[in-house]
Amino acid sequence: MQVTLKVFRYNPEADKSFRYEIYTLEAEETDRILDLLEKVKGYNDGTLSFRRSCAHGVCGSDAMRINGRNMLACKALVRDVGDKITVEPLLGLKVVKDLIVDMEPFFDNYKKILPYFINDSPLPADGKERLQSPEERARFDETTKCILCAACTTSCPSFWASDQYYGPAALVTAHRFIFDSRDEAASERMHIIAETDGLARCHTAYNCTLACPREIPITKAIGELKMATITGKVE
Amino acid sequence: MANIHQFDVVVVGAGGAGLMAGLYASRTAKTAVISKLYPTRSHTGAAQGGIGAALGNLEEDKPEWHTYDTVKGSDYLGDQDAIEFMCNEAIDAVIELEHMGLPFDRTPEGRISQRPFGGHTNNETGKPVRRACHAADRTGHMILQTLYQQCLKNKVTFFDEYQVLDFIIVNGKAAGVVAVELATGELHTFHAKAVIFATGGHGRIFEVTSNAYAYTGDGAAILLRRGLPLEDMEFFQFHPTGIYKLGILITEGVRGEGGVLINGRGERFMPKYAPTVKDLASRDVISRAIYTEIREGRGVNGQNYVWLDVRPESVIKYAAMDGRTNPDGTPYTITGEQVLAKLPDIIDFCRVYLGVDPVTQMMPIQPTAHYTMGGIPTNKYGEVIIDSQNTVLPGLYAAGECACVSVHGANRLGTNSLLDLVVFGKHAGLKAAEYAKHADFEPLPADPEAEARAQFEALRNGSGKENAFDISTDMKKVMFEEVSIYRNEKGMKAALEKIAEWKERYKHIRVQDTGRVFNTELLNAWELGNMLDVAEVVAACALNRRESRGGHSREDYPERDDQNWMKHTLAWKQDGKVKIDYKPVVVTKYQPKKRVY
Repeated sequence: MQVTLKVFRYNPEADKSFRYEIYTLEAEETDRILDLLEKVKGYNDGTLSFRRSCAHGVCGSDAMRINGRNMLACKALVRDVGDKITVEPLLGLKVVKDLIVDMEPFFDNYKKILPYFINDSPLPADGKERLQSPEERARFDETTKCILCAACTTSCPSFWASDQYYGPAALVTAHRFIFDSRDEAASERMHIIAETDGLARCHTAYNCTLACPREIPITKAIGELKMATITGKVE
Repeated sequence: MANIHQFDVVVVGAGGAGLMAGLYASRTAKTAVISKLYPTRSHTGAAQGGIGAALGNLEEDKPEWHTYDTVKGSDYLGDQDAIEFMCNEAIDAVIELEHMGLPFDRTPEGRISQRPFGGHTNNETGKPVRRACHAADRTGHMILQTLYQQCLKNKVTFFDEYQVLDFIIVNGKAAGVVAVELATGELHTFHAKAVIFATGGHGRIFEVTSNAYAYTGDGAAILLRRGLPLEDMEFFQFHPTGIYKLGILITEGVRGEGGVLINGRGERFMPKYAPTVKDLASRDVISRAIYTEIREGRGVNGQNYVWLDVRPESVIKYAAMDGRTNPDGTPYTITGEQVLAKLPDIIDFCRVYLGVDPVTQMMPIQPTAHYTMGGIPTNKYGEVIIDSQNTVLPGLYAAGECACVSVHGANRLGTNSLLDLVVFGKHAGLKAAEYAKHADFEPLPADPEAEARAQFEALRNGSGKENAFDISTDMKKVMFEEVSIYRNEKGMKAALEKIAEWKERYKHIRVQDTGRVFNTELLNAWELGNMLDVAEVVAACALNRRESRGGHSREDYPERDDQNWMKHTLAWKQDGKVKIDYKPVVVTKYQPKKRVY
């Protein structure tokens, strides 16, 4: 089948403003949008720039807007998005070149919520693992899936308004640690996310949940964090 | 020459091995981790099924069994001292990951859960043993996240999206690396006392692969061009279960949970090839079995694929036939919900890419290029070896998939890749930091960036009559056909002729993008050069080894030949040719035996 691929283009070294380039190419229904971009880069225009690595939805490199929705280019198939395809960079982060955005503000926000396991208590005397029941482990399973692709955060109207807002991805990571029965820094993290640029900026638009390529119920996770800050209990 | 940085230790690559090395080296030495990707994009994150360690949480298991299984899995080409070292360290390594916060799945008692995996056995009964410690089917993702998070906690210095282009040797010692900053196109020199390569494998030289685009053999190619040897490059693992045509990995954990392989006639075929452990035989054995079924006309609809079946009714049926039981002795069963809970990512891949639901439908699979057993020769401390006498190059280290210790020999056992990263990444980091404490900086050459700059200039100034994408596509296709699961002299000679031709054509490509900011076209072209260099060594070593062992199966030499070939290959690139020498295999306790599963 033939598809038209309309791609956002911006070269900071040559262009005053962005533009769109339209490519017409042969594609299979099962082609990934990433395959189409690779083909354009290989044969139409080598300057087309985008990030990618694993090509099957686990590394988080190639989040972009496809027909207006945040997706991973390697997880969106032609049969899912149709034969008229518009590809644009993520919103809310500065475009560096074509589909590549500056990810620094995103990772800076991630780093604010102490995104690492904290437990300074003595290790088990038997030299073995800390114990955790399957139920305790299941409590935070969903939020361990995050691949930091930024699809959620850059779909959030609050983040578009201010990149000081930590954003859904950072809150997902906060949830992963706060609800981990082994972690001891829940109150510190709760304090951080209760700040103005934290939970208060989530207005449950639900965009994040719809955008997540890992199907993490993000709005639910943020809701649980809000409840925990209100009740002071992590349950 | 504006951008010169100085660190005691520089780690190249930020996957599992690089992060572990960075974490340990940074405790005592000024350390930088340089990565062409943002660290969490590294390919460690794609590993699914588990990390092997004889914790014995669900049934009896011992490091000695793990050691023997690994030796046997390697088809006796692995160095037994290194294997024993790794398997003994495995328990502490997994416990350490748990202490770092890694969310392993749990047993009812709250301990780390374990599942069966290919080639993991109780050495007394020969039956499968539960040794793979797992976090659903995203164990690698959890290791990568956890290690990166611990690096942040410990304030490790990162240079994200810097592609390392060259290694600097001065007075026969490591002196640093040269890298390009992707965001600006500027070259940087990292002056260092010790350099650790943790750059991953080169599976992208093959058409159907589970490997990331980033897996282009950069570290191996850089050192090869600097006159250093590569070890056992003929050994590449084809994982039996990749999604048909796409190559995306379907973890062995599927078979660990009771999934079985079915041919086009609806027959379960593995009992013919591995009567004891059947669908849980070693990967090379299963990949050959699938190829044999396909060649003999028993693929599905005459095509190049077979089925992988994890539908609960099939699992229960075959588990009953095999007499498989739960730890408490009751018959093994599984429900659709349990399949979904234990293998969520696999189910998602199948639904997205195939429109197939593995709970109710069978998955079409074919072997996929998966893992680089060979690589940069090292000893068990990660020190890089440069000749058959095990001479070390001072200050240079390697760990993870780019390295060849060798613990995987001719065929890697499932779950040992993640273990390798954690154990040898740690020891390379420790050793490099210790070395840096006593070593001085070697003086930098007058223009350390000259070679890197020349390589880029050539790619910018070629005649432009050749297209890089065409060369790349041809290479992948031919390598997957001729230097694949089954190999023969004619095919490999043809491949080598082709490689020479592509290398000539490569000189005529011209990068269209003349910019500096994120010039990904230039980088992809440079990576293609690495793949061509590595592919040549792979094919030359495979042609040279006239026997069949592990992942290397010669149709013209179908038997293993311990008399002549129980030795490691070392390959150099000299005067435009691949020069080959050998290194003895370390045998301690286990004399080679015929390999039966």
